[in-house]
Amino acid sequence: MPAIKSLEELKRIREEALQKKQMKATVGNVQVIVAMGTCGIAAGARDTMKSVLNYIETEKVSGVTVTQTGCIGLCEQEPIVQVMFGGQPKVVYGKVNAQVAEKIMKQHVQNGQPVKENIIQI
Amino acid sequence: MREIALHLLDIAENSVAAESNNISIHVHEDLFHDRLSASVIDDGCGMDAATAERVQDPFYTTRTTRNVGLGIPLLKLAAEMAEGSFSLQSETGKGTWVEAEFRYSHIDRMPLGDLSSTFLTLLISHPQIDWTFLYRVTDQDKKSRDFLFESAELKSELGDISLTEPEVLKFLRGIFEEGIEPVALQTVPE
Repeated sequence: MPAIKSLEELKRIREEALQKKQMKATVGNVQVIVAMGTCGIAAGARDTMKSVLNYIETEKVSGVTVTQTGCIGLCEQEPIVQVMFGGQPKVVYGKVNAQVAEKIMKQHVQNGQPVKENIIQI
Repeated sequence: MREIALHLLDIAENSVAAESNNISIHVHEDLFHDRLSASVIDDGCGMDAATAERVQDPFYTTRTTRNVGLGIPLLKLAAEMAEGSFSLQSETGKGTWVEAEFRYSHIDRMPLGDLSSTFLTLLISHPQIDWTFLYRVTDQDKKSRDFLFESAELKSELGDISLTEPEVLKFLRGIFEEGIEPVALQTVPE
């Protein structure tokens, strides 16, 4: 089994990504953080993550950083997603299933409007 | 947790927390021997013998937010329920090796689950780590088929392009789904 399907394909993808970076404005400086402690994973954080990645792929959203964190001590609110949009304070979302994740991506990550009903006040 | 793939995600997060540079995940569906084994191997900070013993106890945890830690005990229980075994070896400063083994055809063996999503999640969340994913299927005639992915190769090709660019995500998902799903669908009974 080849580890990489084909190097040519990967090179092409790299070129394309570089071009797009220059051509269109990326959302820029947005970070999406999915909590992936045991509690988060058991509550469905992987599906949440999958939904975030799927949104980026299908809607072709460039320039989003996706990362993860461990348990932040709010296990009952898992899956938890945090969004840092530009210089604005971090927004913490609770009970983020795949559908809510999609909504957050669309409203907040792409358009800067936090999804109020899922915000946890800490 | 309902999937072995979710347990692997959880155990691999421990390896990340142990500040590993290289993490390998090996999954072997061995129909010939009627076994399923899954292991996570890292070169992180490791544990001394006493700690390595204690992490298998649900009332031990390193986190500070509460004092139970369930990741390892849950996997151990899942393996033992399916005529399997669990082993953990660790050495301070060298790394940790965790392996869970199940009887493949045991009624209580949890399904392997969505391994490609687990791999993709780990790769995207921790691009700084050099990941090795090995998925092997051995059929009843003892013929094996491997899917191997090494992230170092990918990183050197991509250079400064982020893994979360849409084109790259599509490419990665394609690799994992093509390499893992068809085999899993053929071999895991519903």
